[in-house]
Amino acid sequence: MTFSPQLEERFAKMLQSYPEGKKRSAVVPMLIYAQDETGAVTQELIEEVAKRCEVKPLQVDEVVGYYSMLHRQPQGKYHVQVCTSISCMLVGGTELYEQACKKLGVGHKQTTADGLLSLEEVECMGACSWAPCVEINYDYHHNVTPEKFDALIDGLRKAQ
Amino acid sequence: MAKQLYNEPSPLETLVISKNFRKEGSETLDGYLANDGFKAFLKAKEMTPEAIIEEVKTSALRGRGGAGFPTGLKWSFVPRTSPKPKYIVVNADESEPGTCKDRLLMEYDPHQLIEGILIAGLAMDSHKGYIYIRGEYRFLIESMNRAIAEAYQRGYLGKNIAGTGFDFDLYTHSGAGAYECGEETALLDSLEGKRGVPRMKPPFPAVAGAWACPTLLNNVETFATIPAIIRDGGAAYAALGIPKAGGTRLLCISGHVNKPGVYEIPLGYNMMTAINELAGGMRGGKKLKAVVPGGSSCPILRADECDVAMDYDSIAKLGSMMGSGGMVVLDETTDMVKFALRIMRFYAHESCGWCIPCREGTTWLKKILQRFDDGGGRKDDVRVLGEVSKNMLGRTFCALGDAAAMPTISIVEKFSEDFDKRLAMQGSGLVTING
Repeated sequence: MTFSPQLEERFAKMLQSYPEGKKRSAVVPMLIYAQDETGAVTQELIEEVAKRCEVKPLQVDEVVGYYSMLHRQPQGKYHVQVCTSISCMLVGGTELYEQACKKLGVGHKQTTADGLLSLEEVECMGACSWAPCVEINYDYHHNVTPEKFDALIDGLRKAQ
Repeated sequence: MAKQLYNEPSPLETLVISKNFRKEGSETLDGYLANDGFKAFLKAKEMTPEAIIEEVKTSALRGRGGAGFPTGLKWSFVPRTSPKPKYIVVNADESEPGTCKDRLLMEYDPHQLIEGILIAGLAMDSHKGYIYIRGEYRFLIESMNRAIAEAYQRGYLGKNIAGTGFDFDLYTHSGAGAYECGEETALLDSLEGKRGVPRMKPPFPAVAGAWACPTLLNNVETFATIPAIIRDGGAAYAALGIPKAGGTRLLCISGHVNKPGVYEIPLGYNMMTAINELAGGMRGGKKLKAVVPGGSSCPILRADECDVAMDYDSIAKLGSMMGSGGMVVLDETTDMVKFALRIMRFYAHESCGWCIPCREGTTWLKKILQRFDDGGGRKDDVRVLGEVSKNMLGRTFCALGDAAAMPTISIVEKFSEDFDKRLAMQGSGLVTING
């Protein structure tokens, strides 16, 4: 398996950043960066990461199930994460998530039929003072009002 | 045009570690050098490691991640003369609900953090460090990488730093979504490429941490404070706060206030002043009901307990903690049954499953609270919630079990009337199960 030149460069640097003989340390970051390109953690990716980090595929596999950002099934092109944890909940996060379900027409960890959008109700994302917060892929959106949310989603749909 | 910050700063703040935040170019090396950058490192280079650690002890700095352990003492535990390599690990897995400060230190002043790490390196005789950043903060991993690359390019990282003969390599390491990895030994397991579950202690990370080598592990804010301590002296820093809790810290105010935001305050700052003045008072003129003083793991305070100095010991006297500085303000409209449930959903989701009292306990508590909220509450539930929680305390490898139990115990004890009200509504036939 090969990745984009930028990612290959990142991996080469990463493997050198850990002490001699400790390539296993790269398992988690390698999986999350690679997943961005492959769309999901596939069996092929697990074996590739295992080879590069010099561990058994099972040692990679058991890690995948643990971390909530690693996923075996592809998500939408835009993964919409709505926080409903305490700080967001107090200022409309729960209602925003309900709005998101309606707007996208899908539920928690589901993807729209066209594959454009997927939704997840997430735990605290570290934006508590500028709540409610929505993260779309890796982009944070703060102080999200119902209108702002609709505009964000409409913008993504229109860009297609 | 002035720099756009996440929230308006307040004139009531005491600016030490956030003093560069609003300056243009604060994230660049030149911006940092123009504001006393790396002066502390050069000063520390002329000091003995013992003197550096002594200065940190004098500062009365306590860990800003949550536990509040005295930083100087922690530094003194690392066997700096060990023949093994020593590592510096920065905890940037900021994920305690209510907390959003470390991200600002990395975004606006990454070189301050780098300088703090370098000074720790001098004190520990360490030459390698890792910043463990939560996976959701990808934009910060990229911006931190840019800052690190700039520091390498300009000779502030790598070999013979600033001509001093000191070598240090620094890297970022991405997490992938796990609150538990903010616990220091779980973080180390994650750094080693495993599931992030806590380790048996002792040995503590100071002695056997990353790859079984001596490791100094502190929060982002703790490291970011070090340059100011060395530059201005530990005593000057300590004097900003109160005895036993020196200096300033970033307070993240969220919830039902007019101006939520991250503000730098001296330790010992009054909580009601923070709510009414820093944060512009209660939203919509509503009455204060409760405050979570330092992240969701901390026992909740009733409104009548909130006229308190915000420092470790004063809040401990109320049976709670200053925690990570995540202060969540609740007004009179907050339903404490729903609030307790939301907290427990978090812990049940994030329990790593390693220890049974935590794994099962958080799930039971979530189920009971969910049933209660759905209208199926029973008279005995409040007692059961307290009992289950108390049986989790102290029976797990790490603090997550306690972190789930403590707020629950405090909510059912201090706000039992919210639970009683729900039961009365059920009795009156106004609410039915799932209704």
